[in-house]
Amino acid sequence: MELYELSAHELSGLIKNKKLSVVELTDTILKRIENIDSSVGSYVTVSGVEALKKAGQIQEKIDKGANLPALAGIPCAVKDNMCTEGILTTCASKILNNFIPPYNATVIDRLNAEETVLLGKLNMDEFAMGGSTENSWFKQTRNPWNPERVPGGSSGGAAAAVSCGEAVFALGSDTGGSIRQPASFCGVVGMKPTYGAVSRFGLVAFASSLDQIGPLTRDVTDCALVLNAITGHDPKDSTSAAVEYPDYTRALVNDVKGLKIGIPREYMSEGLNPEVGKAVMEAAAVLEKLGAVCEEISLPITEYAIPAYYIISSAEASSNLARYDGIKYGYRAEKFTDLLDLYKQTRSEGFGAEVKRRIMLGTYALSSGYYDAYYKKALQVRTLIRKGFDEAFEKCDMVLGPTAPTTAYKIGEKADDPLAMYLGDIYTVSANIAGLPGLVVPCGFDGSGLPIGMQLIGKPFDESSLLRAGFTFEQNTGYHKLRPGI
Amino acid sequence: MEYEIIMGLEIHAELNTKSKIFCTCTTEFGGEPNTHCCPICTGMPGVLPVLNKCVVEYAVKAGLAMNCTISDFSKQDRKNYFYPDLPKAYQVSQFDLPLCKNGYVPIIVDGVRKNIGITRIHIEEDAGKLIHDQWETGSLVDYNRCGVPLIEIVSEPDMRTPDEARAFVESVKAILEYLDVSDCKMQEGSLRADVNLSVRPVGREKFGTRTEMKNLNSFRSIFRAAENEAKRQIRELESGGTIYQETRRWDDNKGYSYAMRSKEEAHDYRYFPEPDLVPVVVDEEWLGRIRASLPELPEARKCRYISEFGLPEYDAALLTSSKRLADFYEEAAAGSSNAKAVSNWIMGDVMRILKEKGLEAESIPFPGSYLAQLVSLIDKGTISGTIAKKVFDKMFETGREPVSIVKEEGLEVVNDEAALAAAIKKILDSNPQSVSDYRSGKEKAFGFLVGQAMKETRGKANPQLINKMLKEELDK
Repeated sequence: MELYELSAHELSGLIKNKKLSVVELTDTILKRIENIDSSVGSYVTVSGVEALKKAGQIQEKIDKGANLPALAGIPCAVKDNMCTEGILTTCASKILNNFIPPYNATVIDRLNAEETVLLGKLNMDEFAMGGSTENSWFKQTRNPWNPERVPGGSSGGAAAAVSCGEAVFALGSDTGGSIRQPASFCGVVGMKPTYGAVSRFGLVAFASSLDQIGPLTRDVTDCALVLNAITGHDPKDSTSAAVEYPDYTRALVNDVKGLKIGIPREYMSEGLNPEVGKAVMEAAAVLEKLGAVCEEISLPITEYAIPAYYIISSAEASSNLARYDGIKYGYRAEKFTDLLDLYKQTRSEGFGAEVKRRIMLGTYALSSGYYDAYYKKALQVRTLIRKGFDEAFEKCDMVLGPTAPTTAYKIGEKADDPLAMYLGDIYTVSANIAGLPGLVVPCGFDGSGLPIGMQLIGKPFDESSLLRAGFTFEQNTGYHKLRPGI
Repeated sequence: MEYEIIMGLEIHAELNTKSKIFCTCTTEFGGEPNTHCCPICTGMPGVLPVLNKCVVEYAVKAGLAMNCTISDFSKQDRKNYFYPDLPKAYQVSQFDLPLCKNGYVPIIVDGVRKNIGITRIHIEEDAGKLIHDQWETGSLVDYNRCGVPLIEIVSEPDMRTPDEARAFVESVKAILEYLDVSDCKMQEGSLRADVNLSVRPVGREKFGTRTEMKNLNSFRSIFRAAENEAKRQIRELESGGTIYQETRRWDDNKGYSYAMRSKEEAHDYRYFPEPDLVPVVVDEEWLGRIRASLPELPEARKCRYISEFGLPEYDAALLTSSKRLADFYEEAAAGSSNAKAVSNWIMGDVMRILKEKGLEAESIPFPGSYLAQLVSLIDKGTISGTIAKKVFDKMFETGREPVSIVKEEGLEVVNDEAALAAAIKKILDSNPQSVSDYRSGKEKAFGFLVGQAMKETRGKANPQLINKMLKEELDK
């Protein structure tokens, strides 16, 4: 295996044993980016100079015999919606194409404390709205397993980069499946933690009550290591949970005996690509063989999850994105006649079509006279979805299902059909609506060689159980060892 | 036809917490533009608010002082609209679950007491300020005020005259000052009011269409705007016109209001729960602590002045209407054996001079103990009442102690009989006509001669003594 194909824990061992220097590793990954990113398109910004400088500093500490954290020296990258002090943060939008934050997101501070090396900022759907990374103002990211296919989205750059060796791990954000679906499409591990487990401070908001930052990694062990680094209470985020966070590596146990896994009937029904369904059922069989108990359950309001999600997320987005008005930072239209026109021109020129669609949708849903019919109704559905999971978790420890109805589709295939695109979120949005953790682990390939990921949804703050199940599956299958041939 | 005015007020008061509502920036007034702000209060991408607990505490204090029910569970909402002074394009406020509700504030107008209902008090953030005409190609924005905490106090439509509206704002201001939760500096905009007003023929139950005048920032403008708008509405109705529900801007310099925007043009603020903040929970324990920390309020203080100092209700009410004035009075009364006389001085000369100079009570240049000293100088007969007025003016001019003013300027009452006898002789010698007038029975002439004798001693003569000695001299 090439150096850039190894996992963080493997590389960490090499670094600790002085078999590999952080500078050499960083240089290798930067070269890898240089070689292939013109065809993959994972990065919006590569901060190579800063990365090498940081790598040197870390290596110096290692040479002095400092006792460094688990991820010390590991080159990583973050989705371009996390604020990085002094480094362009665009959300892949024209409206922020010149925005350099004077502050770090809390997760960036945490990665720095972990002594990781930041390689740059990853491509995404504009403001994280989309499932294919086709909505980036900058470029199209391609699926490393097949360049004709989308990498998924909105954290498409993050999934692609981890999959093809352009970053050892990455942070994405997940509002309705934006970590999990691209993880599934690109054959990597992705986790959306429990809402409140990772600080949102410095994450450019799409839908505040749903957004959550999480890792995209090459295996479950790395996922646990990154979770250790980024979870925890942050006084700068009022919605951050002040609970005890465990050492997630303790969950890396190759044992699922007695684990009760519910498979929702509604997830395995109409609309699911049979190949994906088959892979998920085979994964269930693997776990069952290892001692888990799988049984069919019901999540009865699943059909309302998509409409509720699109109302809530768009409503919040319409408000969150109102600040991009051309006054204080970011893009401003060159020609305008007065204040109102400045707003109109700036926002018309600065936002892409999908973002405008969501802003309009959300504005409408919150408008006087429509609030009760849409927004309020959606909140009621939200309560019911939570209740549905509460009831399910009385019977089982976690829920297993597909991540997306299909594998990675062709670039352009759904670009003109927003509704079809929205329906692709059917299995992922519920975890956001209910604030639950969701883990995606590679579990097979379709006939054309595209990866399939299974999704495990757990109880609030029970990431550990998901990691345990995912780790056990991984250890007994080996999909995580496969890399695209690029 | 006779009309009745119906008024309800919305009062915005900036809270004087040390830091802003959602970040650690200072709330201090002034400062170079954009020096009291940070990524959070200027709404940069990705930042999040964290509620300043002190804001809740101050608002709860205001709520308790205005006899409100305090919600154990309330939430914050976003009020969405575009304006350059609002960098997030939404104001975090409270919509359907305010922190305080259902209270009242007593007012007294023309000796009649009335309770004005408080619908609600909620917390929200202030916006920045646009500066026009300082830069050739556009306007500038100063974000220093962005995120300064505000409470909005919404009254019931309980006021019937402009006097009541003014009295209500005065009462609210007094309460907030007593609580020390707001500076209430109207000229700096830290206390401002919106007046909602409608008129209806006397006897009719249904309210008329109301208009709203926003951001009135003096008692005078509140009174005049209300008076003027009531007249305008009555005139409009009398001449067969219609009142439109609209927002009007009152121009205090020109003395009239003009329509700003109609109901149709009104914003749809698209309120929804602020997802970046968690609900505000005020439990029994916290509420108890806040309640226990409440200071004595105007109403209680007034009652105490009546019982403790024996003041008439009117005087007590006036003295306690401003915390600083009441504090001044109390300091003076504490050092005096004549609390009533101290009160008279404040009600009379202190108020007069403050009004003349357009000052507030905090501008009195000397401590209350000096006023007590002045009263005691009079009571002991060291100076006369007339001289006391002069000393008082001097005190206000220089801030100096009355004892030293009296001493330095030689203003003590003259009790020296020899000196007075000389003055009397001089007066009698130079006014033979008055002397003979008096002696022929014209009592009036006596007063004239006393006056002349006082004048001769530059007012310092002990008046009783002058009277006695002059009489003796004339009756010889």
